[in-house]
Amino acid sequence: MLEWIEDRTGIAAAVRPLLLHRVPPDTGWWYVLGSATAVAFIIQVVTGVALATVYVPSADNAYQSLSFITHDAPFGALLRGVHYFGASAMILLVGLHALRVFLFGSFKYPREINWLTGVLLLGLTVTMGFTGQLLRWDQNAVWSVVVGAEQAGRAPFVGRLLAHLVLAGKTVGAATLTRFFALHVFVVPGLIFAVLGLHLFLVIRNGISEPPVAGQPVDPSTYRERYHRQLERRGRPFWPDVAWRDVAFGVLVVAAVVTLAAVFGPPAIGKPPDPTIVNANPRPDWYFLWYFAVLALLPHGSERYVMVFGPLAAGLALMALPFLFGRGERSPRRRPWAVAAVVLVVLGVGTLWIAGLQARWSPDFSAGPLPAEIVGASSGPVARGAKLFAAKACVDCHRIAGHGGRRGPDLSDVADRLTRDQMTIRIANGGTNMPAFAGILTKDELEDVVAFLRTRKGAESGDQVR
Amino acid sequence: MSTTPEPLETVETGRRRLLSLISIALGAAGATLLGVPFVGFMVAPLFERAPRKWRPVGAVDGFSVGATVEVVLRDASPLAWSGTTAETAAWLRRVGEQEFIAFSMNCTHLGCPVRWVPSADLFLCPCHGGVYYADGEVAAGPPPRGLVRYPVRVRGGRVEIQTSPIPIA
Repeated sequence: MLEWIEDRTGIAAAVRPLLLHRVPPDTGWWYVLGSATAVAFIIQVVTGVALATVYVPSADNAYQSLSFITHDAPFGALLRGVHYFGASAMILLVGLHALRVFLFGSFKYPREINWLTGVLLLGLTVTMGFTGQLLRWDQNAVWSVVVGAEQAGRAPFVGRLLAHLVLAGKTVGAATLTRFFALHVFVVPGLIFAVLGLHLFLVIRNGISEPPVAGQPVDPSTYRERYHRQLERRGRPFWPDVAWRDVAFGVLVVAAVVTLAAVFGPPAIGKPPDPTIVNANPRPDWYFLWYFAVLALLPHGSERYVMVFGPLAAGLALMALPFLFGRGERSPRRRPWAVAAVVLVVLGVGTLWIAGLQARWSPDFSAGPLPAEIVGASSGPVARGAKLFAAKACVDCHRIAGHGGRRGPDLSDVADRLTRDQMTIRIANGGTNMPAFAGILTKDELEDVVAFLRTRKGAESGDQVR
Repeated sequence: MSTTPEPLETVETGRRRLLSLISIALGAAGATLLGVPFVGFMVAPLFERAPRKWRPVGAVDGFSVGATVEVVLRDASPLAWSGTTAETAAWLRRVGEQEFIAFSMNCTHLGCPVRWVPSADLFLCPCHGGVYYADGEVAAGPPPRGLVRYPVRVRGGRVEIQTSPIPIA
């Protein structure tokens, strides 16, 4: 029976050489990240197909269908959770895989196009993340589309066109959701299948890069011959000598994703996608939080250039990499600048990510009036000033004794730093990140606020006032 | 022209080249046949002129002078399945007996919805800390320009706002 099938199809004859092709010795655990990314992609395809059987890509019903999946459908919450943590895993793993390939110099001759297809896959994966977040079609999703469109709108000449392309119209509406659904479910996954196919074909065609050895630089005139000689002498068949690690790690990824989904559940669905609900607090999913921080912390006036040319320059730099550094040493031991670049990027993104998590630049709308024990007075100018401090939204951005926002300086002991006149001038004139309150506060009100702030002293300074 | 007959390979090569050309041309024709409606369907909406309509948002007397309130207006021609996204909100400020200003909700930095804080006379943006004064001018933070104003008019005792696209920088 099997022989008959093989005789008529030749599948085994075609697959066997792929499975048994020789790969360099000692590849080890560093080489499982690519296949693990593919495993995460398979998780996404499987769970995505299941979700699509219930999800309604219509602006007036998507929210309800998602609520149904989350609260009523059997295994619905788990499935949504797996799709979410699978997406997180795919983004994390594709990033780690790219870092490994960069650090090991695997992008060098003859694997330049392996790298280019990898950069494309990285971009497509991030696109899946963004389009997927929007399909949640809650308040956060609606405003994320607007924020995305506004960024596209900063492009010179074609900005408006691009923005309307993102919105699928002039405003957020029914066409916005169906456009993103088609992208997320058909277009981008189709591209991923195609580019991944090419990526894997090239992995077989050019061979898995051998672990780098310091003092063995890549020389295009001798590299291939040396590589094949090494394979003949010490190469291992991919299956099962090497593949077992891919299988083991891939299963670990599946187990981790399902466990996380079971423990933490799917991401919460926010308020309904109603653009007229003003109290919104749009936030991107975790993998974009660092970029959210970039957008908040850029020097004023530079946004246009960074928003448009930043991603463009990053993409071009990644694409140019194998053509600028396509030969020479592969070992990170001999490429200190490459290691420094990785450390810099990881530290930079990590720091921005923490900043994005805290979002100190966002006003704290929930701060409310200061508690009486912090104010320390129930009548008179100090009490009136404290009341104004909350009413005029000072407390939304300034923290006093652990109460309030973090946009501006903590004012718990401001009286130790600023004199009465300095305070008055600062409040009346404002600054880059602070409104001028001269036109908002009356003279008496301003004096009350300053009187209140004059009581804000550090514990050690006592009653000493400059 | 020589008297000897042309070698078969030459004839074949010419014939093959012709067949290749015909096949490629036929393929291109087929792709165009499919491509025109495809591209047209995808791209045409981009160049449609958005219709603009005046939408009533309330009686003049319903707004007090000096106050800024949220009003809701229906988009010009929403699709039937738009649900709640068929509506847009705006901040409406009555500045005089017959004079109104309608501000777009969208922060000019990146489009997030700004919140009016009446006690402070300020618009605050929840995303990146942009702040605007009551007249829509930038007070603080990253916004590059003041809040965008929608066309607004008073007709027959009612305030009307003209539907507008989301302001793109």
